[in-house]
Amino acid sequence: MAAYWRKTWPFHLLLLPALALVIVFQYIPLFGVVIAFQDYEPWLGIKGSPWVGFEHFQYLFTYPDGKQVIWNTLIISAFKLIINLIIPIVFALLLNEVRKTLFKRAVQTFVYLPHFLSWVILGGIMLDILSPEGGIVNRLLNAFGIDSIFFLGNGSWFRFTVVLSDVWKEFGFSAIIFLATLVGINPALYEAAEIDGASRWQQVISISIPLIMPIVIVVATLSLGRILDAGFDQILNLYNPLVYSHGDIIDTFVYREGLNNGQFSFGTAVGLFKSFIGFILIVISYRLAFKLANYRIF
Amino acid sequence: MKYRSRSYSIFTYSNTIFLTLLSLLCVLPLIHVLALSFSSRAAATANIVNFWPVGFTTDAYVKTLGNAMFLKSLWIGVERTVLGAVLSMIVVTMAAYSLSKTNYKFKGRQIYIWIFVFTMLFSGGLIPSYILISKLHLIDSIWALVLPPAVSVWNMILMLNFFRTIPEDLEEAAFIDGAGHLRVLWSVYLPVSMPSIATLSLFTMVSHWNSWFDGMIYMSNPDGYPLATYLHSMIVSDNLSRIGVTLDSVENFSNRTVKAAQIFIGALPILLVYPFLQKYFVKGIVLGSVKS
Repeated sequence: MAAYWRKTWPFHLLLLPALALVIVFQYIPLFGVVIAFQDYEPWLGIKGSPWVGFEHFQYLFTYPDGKQVIWNTLIISAFKLIINLIIPIVFALLLNEVRKTLFKRAVQTFVYLPHFLSWVILGGIMLDILSPEGGIVNRLLNAFGIDSIFFLGNGSWFRFTVVLSDVWKEFGFSAIIFLATLVGINPALYEAAEIDGASRWQQVISISIPLIMPIVIVVATLSLGRILDAGFDQILNLYNPLVYSHGDIIDTFVYREGLNNGQFSFGTAVGLFKSFIGFILIVISYRLAFKLANYRIF
Repeated sequence: MKYRSRSYSIFTYSNTIFLTLLSLLCVLPLIHVLALSFSSRAAATANIVNFWPVGFTTDAYVKTLGNAMFLKSLWIGVERTVLGAVLSMIVVTMAAYSLSKTNYKFKGRQIYIWIFVFTMLFSGGLIPSYILISKLHLIDSIWALVLPPAVSVWNMILMLNFFRTIPEDLEEAAFIDGAGHLRVLWSVYLPVSMPSIATLSLFTMVSHWNSWFDGMIYMSNPDGYPLATYLHSMIVSDNLSRIGVTLDSVENFSNRTVKAAQIFIGALPILLVYPFLQKYFVKGIVLGSVKS
């Protein structure tokens, strides 16, 4: 044992700050979730607050808003998942056909940009351009004879706007992984196909698409693991009481009910429910990605 | 090249046009806001500004930069970004050095790996974290914004993968000269990893600059808001009473051109570092995600 420490103490020492931070800021809150089974009151503390068992979890499912919130989360997330997969793939395939390097780079520079801007900035921009009173998007619609649409104030339009704006922000960045795979395909495959008389379209169908399929499966399964994350940051910047019925997701619900309305225990219970299901989903999705495409992070 | 057929050249043209439009779609909203911020108030109210300023004026910027509240939050934003990135990089680099060793050289490494990776999979959630921060008396302190996100496990993995590419001969030579691990990290690893460290710092800074939610919950007083949080309260949720603006100044600060100017100033640092980001992120993301 002494020999072990003599050899490895510098390793442990170097890990100490990270370990301490993780224990304090990640693991202690993990134990804090016990308040989900209590009626926590800040002045009583965890030790003094009464235990109530699974009451808050039952409340989530009997509460009419509870089911709606779960449904909103799933529907927004599912649409995001599908469209955020298809558009980047199509975009990557189209961009891969571009032969002029300069043009290719210029396109990439433009489409990756929104990924780096925060939802605060983009939310501010969207509130302005989507405004029903003279926002530039509605002005454009009016020019085509279409009535103004209250994108962020009407429930169904809100979901549409959330999904579309998320795709707008992320499609370029999500395409990077597919582009990298496409670029890595051995050119000899295409040359051989060409000698056999395959058109470019046939080459895409029978070479490019099959070869990016493994990575598509990995991306799809990994995002399936995060299906309960419907975009807290985005929705908190875009929604308003008018669209709670269609746009309120688990995370925003936890924030409003738990923190703003001071229902600490109920909020924690909802959050714990989400983390727990999310954890199972992530583990399943990683196993699936490993099985289907031999993917692993380490 | 056989596929230079007629139909393929039609495809090439339409593809070029399509991709050009798509690219424009990604930046036009930002250009619109920029045009708006340099337009006169009258033009903005009349809804005639598109992608070029109408009635050019820098009035909105003069007002924004004359707003003490805005400057204060701008400063806090810079402060948390620099402090947060420096702290995070120090902690992450140190940990990544140890974790980059093989299981054979460093028994116990696997336990640490799991302790860190588990935090990526499961978290206590919003409310327990909030209670913790308030129990630690960190409410209204800048440490509440920089300590919790300091250990970025993702950065740690990228960094340790990079450390593993450093030729072993380099450190062997140092060990033979009698250097210890701390010495090797400092004088062998750090100098050759500078580009990687710079890149990861940049990404960490971007994420700090963009963070707003922690500022909103951990700062009880708008005086402590970093810029992103200020912008959220001011522009997105239009929470004027919370920001403590009197009706008089609402006139000055909540109009469309001033909002546009504030949004643009908030986006500016990202736009400035974007060329550097773009240079590295493709490498980073590919390295991190398809590594097998």
